[in-house]
Amino acid sequence: MKISTAKVGWLLLLVAGAAFPFVAGNDYHLTVMSTAYVFAIATLGLNLITGYTGQFNLAHSAFMAVGAYTVGILTVDHGVPFWVAFILSGVVPTALGFFVGALSLRLKGHYFSIFTLCIGVIISLVIERWESMTHGAVGIIGIPKPPGLDGFFFDSPKSLYFLTFAALVIATLVMRMIVNSLVGRTFMAIRNGEELAEALGIDLMRNKLLAFLISVFYAGMAGGLYAGFVRFIGPGLADVSHTFDMTMYMLVGGLGTLVGPLFGAIAVPWLTQYLQFLQEYRFIVFGPVLVALVIFVPDGIVGTWRTWRARRSRPADLVADEPTQVAVSTEARRA
Amino acid sequence: MESFLQQLLAGLTLGCIYCLVALGLTLVYGILHVPNFAHGAFYMAGAFIAFHLVNSYGFNYWLAMLGAAGAVAFIAAFSERLVFHSLRNATGLHPMIAAIGMLLFLEAAAQAIWGADYHRLQSPYTGLLELGGVTLPSQRLLIIVAAFGLVAALHLFLTRTALGSTIIATAQNREGAQLVGINPNLVSMLTFAISGCLAAVAASLYAPINLIHPAMGNLVITKAFVIIILGGMGSVPGAILGGLVIGFAESFGGFYISPDYQDVVAFVLLVAILSLRPQGLLARRAR
Amino acid sequence: MLEIRNLTKAFGGLTAVNDVTTTVERGKVNAIIGPNGAGKSTFFNLIAGSVPPTSGQIILRDRNITGFGAARVANLGVARTFQTTALFDAATVFDNLVVGHRLRTGSGLFDVLVNSARLVREEALCRRKALEALEFVGLGHVRDRLAADITQEQRRRVAFALAFATQPELVLLDEPAGGLNPDETIRISDLIRKFVDHGITVCLIEHKMNMIMNIADKIMVLNYGERIAEGAPQAIRANPAVIDAYLGADHAEA
Repeated sequence: MKISTAKVGWLLLLVAGAAFPFVAGNDYHLTVMSTAYVFAIATLGLNLITGYTGQFNLAHSAFMAVGAYTVGILTVDHGVPFWVAFILSGVVPTALGFFVGALSLRLKGHYFSIFTLCIGVIISLVIERWESMTHGAVGIIGIPKPPGLDGFFFDSPKSLYFLTFAALVIATLVMRMIVNSLVGRTFMAIRNGEELAEALGIDLMRNKLLAFLISVFYAGMAGGLYAGFVRFIGPGLADVSHTFDMTMYMLVGGLGTLVGPLFGAIAVPWLTQYLQFLQEYRFIVFGPVLVALVIFVPDGIVGTWRTWRARRSRPADLVADEPTQVAVSTEARRA
Repeated sequence: MESFLQQLLAGLTLGCIYCLVALGLTLVYGILHVPNFAHGAFYMAGAFIAFHLVNSYGFNYWLAMLGAAGAVAFIAAFSERLVFHSLRNATGLHPMIAAIGMLLFLEAAAQAIWGADYHRLQSPYTGLLELGGVTLPSQRLLIIVAAFGLVAALHLFLTRTALGSTIIATAQNREGAQLVGINPNLVSMLTFAISGCLAAVAASLYAPINLIHPAMGNLVITKAFVIIILGGMGSVPGAILGGLVIGFAESFGGFYISPDYQDVVAFVLLVAILSLRPQGLLARRAR
Repeated sequence: MLEIRNLTKAFGGLTAVNDVTTTVERGKVNAIIGPNGAGKSTFFNLIAGSVPPTSGQIILRDRNITGFGAARVANLGVARTFQTTALFDAATVFDNLVVGHRLRTGSGLFDVLVNSARLVREEALCRRKALEALEFVGLGHVRDRLAADITQEQRRRVAFALAFATQPELVLLDEPAGGLNPDETIRISDLIRKFVDHGITVCLIEHKMNMIMNIADKIMVLNYGERIAEGAPQAIRANPAVIDAYLGADHAEA
């Protein structure tokens, strides 16, 4: 049986990722890549609720921070073992997300985005001001190294690279299963037109909430991983600018595809690296780039390529590994 | 009693600033139907330009404010032409993301030019006034007077002039306005320019009391969004009422409950109200 | 099939649908006509559950569904199409249709995570139904074409296919022939007849009189939100109240 080109593509990426430490120049490169992987996991989450289900959640990075702080507070202040805290870094934000989602998902479109923006600000402010719990503006330092087996610790750049890479691989696999399934199609139907989705018998609230919870779970776990990786965290992690970064990754790669956000989450930080002098001023470049993308390449790089390929290829080649629904019909949106 | 009056005044001052910012935002939303996330950057730019005019060119406070208003009006109109005009038919996230892109650019540019530090804009009104046992900082009084004046002027402009009516007409029905010969593109740019003016004036008025820095627009703009959602997106009276309500709520909340969480008040209010009434406070939707 | 009793919908001061009582008869083509603004679309929205009624009852097969939301009504076997054919342009026609049968499946997140037998079965089922629906409307040959690249008539057929894939007992068609030329209109009429031949009751809103007269078994006429006439096509055609309602309206298709 012929293996589809998509599966071959994923395999290649897997091999490339595994081989990277051996071809990378130095430890710094490994750290850059590992950080990119952590945010890629969070971006996958954001992509599910925003790219696939059409709800722009501006509190995403706040949930990531909640996950990070769960690990930080539990391990540093209460001596909880790292991996236990790590599991909770997914659970706690999801529990919070349940209430936020139940409240906010009743709102449509812009209202939802603004509401979540406000939630994000509240969470951010609370993290900064609730000193007894979160150590306030100082942040939490000295988060323990993630332990492996037999006294091994994940503290070298190489071991951390493989840890984050493995996490990303698992996260991607799971997301792929979700997105290619009937559940994923249901999310996309909601994105493409809520009225039509309802007419097709889809329970909007339940499905939006499910997508929201999965996305927040991803954000939380990414946060927990971040805490174990960087080992100190501050309130700045909750800032909406990180959500904007991730939005950028999704747009560059292609909203609503799976490869797109991954591509963006890895390509953009590397680009920033090369434009090192831009580090704080990266938005002088990225701002206009974001605007240009949205005007001229709204489907992102992967999205545009997909549509082009679908148009020119013969039907027999369309062994679609994932549904080719990347964009939204303007008619559907106007309806 | 005295502290109550102080808080009342502080609340009124805050409310006036929020009104001006929210007004600009709601006008733009009425035309575009997209929340302009870059509005906070217009606010910030206004403060910085006024600061620059005073510090580097020795303008007096009022001229600097005027200059800032003009400059930001131009930036706003320009961004409309360049960005939002191209996206007027796009839906979903893209217009919001474009606004965010502009916000990020303007903030980074301000930081590149003036640095990330805090600056102070000097105002000639640093004195205090004694009225009936209450100490009124002159700047606060100025803010209140200026804000009321500006809002009144705007109201007259929108309702009594032909140009103002075209804005209202376009906000209500873009195609219809076009059919009767109104140029919606011009109206869009004009509305943006006005919103930029309002933001810049608000920032210049408030800057002497607060400090200015590149991220100063973020919190203000988020609160402005709260205001226009509560008051009804596109509604001018809603923006005014909402601005005052939030101003008072923050002032009293900050004083009587907790100064640390003063900024949270607006958002908690939004969460509470939208949870009970998803369509906002004043919005009356017929469908 | 569907009984409507004293259905009323008021939006603030405007009463869009006023005390309408009628039935949608099983196995027939039921048409709703009326001048513009008569309340036909609102009536559809009420039946489909998109809009809650101010008062009155909707009974589907002896079950009171008044106030049920659109998703629930769809689950009970009522499918609908919209005036604007909302499709997902960057996906293939086939891909657009797979989600049509989703409401008859029960797989959730857990099934996805463990790749349960139920999920595998249901995904195959949805794909099968999508193909069936495609064949039903005669679009098997464009299954791998992007939805953006098909004609207006084909888009309309895809919308029908989506409705068919939900396995409905009643299908509500909102101006199915809108924007189609006479030949296309005839083909769409044939397709509508095909629904009935397959045992699916049809209820439609239309403005094209010759089409209505050709395929409708029963017609209800609305004017200013009220039912002013109901009956077989010939009776409606001759009904003075109906003629009166339309008089003055520019009815080019009559």
